[in-house]
Amino acid sequence: MSLVLRAAVAERHVELDLEVGHGETLALVGPNGAGKSTALSLISGDLRPSSGSVSLDGRILADEGTWVPPHDRRVTTLSQDPVLFPHLSALGNVVFPLRAQGVPRGDARRRALEHLDALGLAGLAARRPAQLSGGQAQRVAIARALAADPRLLLLDEPMAALDVDVAPALREQLRGFLAGRTAIVVTHDVLDALSLAERVVVLEQGRQVDAGPTTEVLARPRSAFAARLAGLNLVAGRWDGHRIELEGGGRLSAKSPLVPGTAVLAAFRPAAVRLAEQGLPRTVHSLTPHGDLVRVRTEDLAADLSPQDAAARHLAPGTVVHLAVAPEDVKTYLA
Amino acid sequence: MRTLPRWILLPAGLGALLVVLPLAAMALRVEWSDFWALITSESSLAALRLSLQTSLTSAAACVLLGVPMALLLARTDGRGMSLVRSLVLIPLVLPPVVGGIALLYTFGRQGLLGRHLEVLGVQIAFSTTAVVLAQTFVALPFLVLSLEGALRTAGTRYERAAASLGARPSRVLTHVTLPLVLPALLSGTVLSFARALGEFGATITFAGSLQGTTRTLPLEIYLQRESDPEAAVALSFVLMLVAVAVIALAHRRRSA
Repeated sequence: MSLVLRAAVAERHVELDLEVGHGETLALVGPNGAGKSTALSLISGDLRPSSGSVSLDGRILADEGTWVPPHDRRVTTLSQDPVLFPHLSALGNVVFPLRAQGVPRGDARRRALEHLDALGLAGLAARRPAQLSGGQAQRVAIARALAADPRLLLLDEPMAALDVDVAPALREQLRGFLAGRTAIVVTHDVLDALSLAERVVVLEQGRQVDAGPTTEVLARPRSAFAARLAGLNLVAGRWDGHRIELEGGGRLSAKSPLVPGTAVLAAFRPAAVRLAEQGLPRTVHSLTPHGDLVRVRTEDLAADLSPQDAAARHLAPGTVVHLAVAPEDVKTYLA
Repeated sequence: MRTLPRWILLPAGLGALLVVLPLAAMALRVEWSDFWALITSESSLAALRLSLQTSLTSAAACVLLGVPMALLLARTDGRGMSLVRSLVLIPLVLPPVVGGIALLYTFGRQGLLGRHLEVLGVQIAFSTTAVVLAQTFVALPFLVLSLEGALRTAGTRYERAAASLGARPSRVLTHVTLPLVLPALLSGTVLSFARALGEFGATITFAGSLQGTTRTLPLEIYLQRESDPEAAVALSFVLMLVAVAVIALAHRRRSA
């Protein structure tokens, strides 16, 4: 393992157990306040663990008796705010980490230009950060982070502040740079998680609630957050051989080879949900356009209906509906 | 302007007059025919030279001592720090004469440190060193105050980014923190230089008034006022020009 984080921060009620392999990119997802920032702060050295330890490539960064200051950790953070030094040019910004590591001036300049060139920024080397667009600034920040050559790269929602038409190209570039690097990416974006990370860890309320290969976690979510990230409805219950007795009451028909009597999770797409005479009774909370459909949100389930259906039923917040799903559309797996 | 009542023009105008009118009145009394001779007399030149020399030294001392103080005040928290801040700012509100007396009881022959220095053969009171000490004492808060504010406004995000890129604390200070607050550092230095240049009360109490050694320009002006009012007016005019230049410089820096 490259990074091993087994640490708690008592005052934030966070207890983490994370590992990242050499050359692996791990996605860290979860709702606000789940402990993602705390995890990054523990690794970067902005925060001391109240117990446990953080180690990188076999070197203890923090535990009860050890404290390696941030500048000495070989951990570089790239956040949604590029934080380019305003008094330095784009080139000066990329030269900075090289000079900090003792690279001679001329050599540092040459290598910085190579990094800028790799991101298609060679023509902007002399510009000040104030003269760069948001996307350009973020690419300079990426070049600067790569120039620091960290053992571990922390990406804190790197695309969140970018225009939707800039993000895809940058994501693709970032994917190329992350190949073979050890990195953790914190994101709210399912595309970031899928394209950048091989493995995902879901945090909720300071604890790990789901983990595994990204595609696996998104296909069979075990947490409400992972289900929402994957755009799936998630329910829990007991499988009786034909139906699932849901934890909150009600039954859901499904097809499953699982042994009757086991606790199961079931996931299904909102588009597979329809309105029925008999079904799970729910109260409509909101209606929002979703592509050419209308997304109807209830207490726990979402349904994508055609606008005609939604209008014909006079759906509005507060309306009670009965939701049904075809058994073949329900994917069941062990809880 | 449109949202302001018209009548405030009157007190505002009176206030501006209160500042500008005396300066104009003094400028009108300058004897231009003798001006050059008055400001280049032996005693005037000695005072001018001493003033520039001590004020530049004091400004340098303010930077040397004040920058670390401002950094500590801006970047550390805790109840103790607000007390330290209040103590540091005392010279700003203390009458300079009181400051001079305090310095005398510290560095004077019988003073807290002075009596030990006396044993070593070092005398500070009534020397040029005393002038610099007195000026630094009153000017230091100007630099600390303006720099601390700028450091707080700048925040720590650039410093944290620099550390995350592998820069040691000293490199972060010289390559990130100080360049970012350079305008405030320059205007703070100019202000403390100006305050040192105008220092009177603490200097005359702690350093006395020996021509060429401790008699700075303000002291010279005060002395000449009795014997040679025209020379006093001419020298005052010179100090006024310096003040105007300082304000222009500090203001330009701030708006830049």
